[in-house]
Amino acid sequence: MATSNTPRQGPLMSSSVTATHPPRVVITKIGFDGHDRGSRIVARYLRDAGMEVIYTGPWQTIEGLVGLAVQEDVDLIGISSLAADHLIVPKLMDALREAGLGHVPVLLGGVIPAQEVAMMQEAGVAAIFHPGATREDIVSTIEGLLSNEMAGP
Amino acid sequence: MTPRVDPQEPGQDTALEDEAEAWQEECERSVPAEPRRFNRSGIEIKPLYSPLDWNASTYADDLGFPGQFPYTRGVHPSMHRGRPWTPRMVVGLGTPEDYNDRMRTLYETGLTGLFVSPCNSHLRGYDADEVHRELLGTCGTLICTTDDMARCVDGLKIEQESVSIGDTAPYTLSAMFLVVAERRGLSIGDLAGTTNQSDYLSHYAALQMFFRLALPGQRRVLLDHIDWMNNHVPRWNPLSVVAQHMEEAGATPAQAVGFTLSSAIQYAQDLIERGRDPDQFLPRFSFFMSCSMSFFEEIAKFRAARRVWAHIVKDRFGTTDPRSSRLRFHAQTSGADLTREQPLNNIARVTVQAMAGIFGGLQSLHTDSYDEAISTPTPSTVRISVATQNILRHEAHLDDVIDPLAGSFYVESLTNQMADEILHWVEEIDSRGGMYEAVRTGYVQGIIGASAMDHQLKVDSGEQTIVGVNDGLPEPSDGRPPPEISRPDPASIDNYLEQLSAFRSDRDHGAVQRSLDELGHAFDTPDENTYGKVVDAIRAGATHGEVCARVRDVVGFGQPYVSV
Repeated sequence: MATSNTPRQGPLMSSSVTATHPPRVVITKIGFDGHDRGSRIVARYLRDAGMEVIYTGPWQTIEGLVGLAVQEDVDLIGISSLAADHLIVPKLMDALREAGLGHVPVLLGGVIPAQEVAMMQEAGVAAIFHPGATREDIVSTIEGLLSNEMAGP
Repeated sequence: MTPRVDPQEPGQDTALEDEAEAWQEECERSVPAEPRRFNRSGIEIKPLYSPLDWNASTYADDLGFPGQFPYTRGVHPSMHRGRPWTPRMVVGLGTPEDYNDRMRTLYETGLTGLFVSPCNSHLRGYDADEVHRELLGTCGTLICTTDDMARCVDGLKIEQESVSIGDTAPYTLSAMFLVVAERRGLSIGDLAGTTNQSDYLSHYAALQMFFRLALPGQRRVLLDHIDWMNNHVPRWNPLSVVAQHMEEAGATPAQAVGFTLSSAIQYAQDLIERGRDPDQFLPRFSFFMSCSMSFFEEIAKFRAARRVWAHIVKDRFGTTDPRSSRLRFHAQTSGADLTREQPLNNIARVTVQAMAGIFGGLQSLHTDSYDEAISTPTPSTVRISVATQNILRHEAHLDDVIDPLAGSFYVESLTNQMADEILHWVEEIDSRGGMYEAVRTGYVQGIIGASAMDHQLKVDSGEQTIVGVNDGLPEPSDGRPPPEISRPDPASIDNYLEQLSAFRSDRDHGAVQRSLDELGHAFDTPDENTYGKVVDAIRAGATHGEVCARVRDVVGFGQPYVSV
């Protein structure tokens, strides 16, 4: 891509990391679309559930997002997609693995056609939330994934 | 705007008040106590409206006749009788050839308006060969060159239709359209159309969708576009002020309209500062609104918007041409109200939304397809959404009577309340130094985000029922496969990229470079109109991405204000 957007840093980002830090989650949009209503609401849900949320806003690049994930030592990445941007999520998954972040769960939310769910799962996406997903679904799924990850090797 | 006098002062008709009180007591005895009800804009909705809420003595001041100040009943004397609304569908996917096929098919269904919606890669300011190819043509049509535009409208009569172009700064698509018209031997001065996404404030406030320059540069690019189009293409609407982005992003209907009128005020003030005559540019302002499921609220919103705008124009800009104060609008049914669950239900939702817009007196209408919450719509679902409009017009005869809900105690009372609410938001923005400042500082974004959250909390708590989502009924297993989805054929994308590569190599490179340099230099001279240079560059063979890159280099790239 020609763009080199620097990912924006959300107001809630803390600069210190401790062993007992609250789960640190990135909520972001990669690609071109800018519809951000859903991602902002999900970011609020997670923040209200006690997580530390890095909200980047839209149009992030894969390279930029991987860089952010490395620098900020994130525990989980949530991607919002309304207008087909999920089609580059497989590329993101490759880039994360290459950067040694294959263990970080990646979740997807938004307009993901049923026909493309398998492709996302094969790429390694841990969970997909469709329109109509409830706050409880989202928060409890993420808490489950995070407790697995944090208890992991 | 002069404060409105209450239609019925207390004590004016004591007999009526006594009867109303008796009714209320009886009503409260017969129904269990229920929570108070409010519409999306926060106005309390009563169970009944009567002459105590509105009476006809205010008719002349508040309503008037269609085509007459303050245009509450419509901007044209004959409204849909004489000027049926234009079904104008946002169409955009795949290659220019795909777009042309889709348009020809839609014309067979009775569609008349032309709407060009480019690929998201275009909206972000890039050419197709500089971005992820997985995304090309998945949402919007690939248009990087004038040849692409020519293929899009091949065989379509662009001189007879008013076209609407989803074009964002620096407005290369409109330039391509003009150059295509020149190639056909048409005089660009005769063309009619709208630069549909020129309202950059709405993009910054609510839809981070479009290529955006840093705010000050963006401001000049728009004003130059308006000036140039007013001078060279007088029937063109270079400014469409968009409420739809804000309402879809979560603003209440009253907020969306209040903020949008504030944007229009900002643009008018900016043009007046340039020495332009409001009676020259205001008649060409047009608006783009959303129609949500809140049926009566939307109808009242549209009627109130016309009245408030007419008063603002009269009071603030001292215009004499009546056309200056007419709020003409295109409406799109709300996609945010549609559901992925039981998607066919969306046909009913879109019908209700469309009726609100029609009763509200729209000039053109996009009806969403029922698969909007699933994928980019397919040809068969778009057909249904066009048919919905045809059914409302030809079978339900909604175009028979102008402003048919006028005089309803409820609709008129609600129109008054919505007008007050809209005006409240306009004044709020005034107090913050106008819309440019209110957006630059993130105030508007914060309000919209908070309203989106409020609505979501109502859905989460079940206070707002969404059928098939939170109504507690089991999901019917109808055994239907998921609706088909539209994705461009990879071979046609390959072919497109070859065309683009051939276009690049076949140009007069010297002429392209010179035109881009002139475009860049034009920004150094405050009196130079930069849009004329955009048109020149496109005519010389520059691509969309090249023009965007040059403008971005000169005025800088703008980041949206993002908050949670």
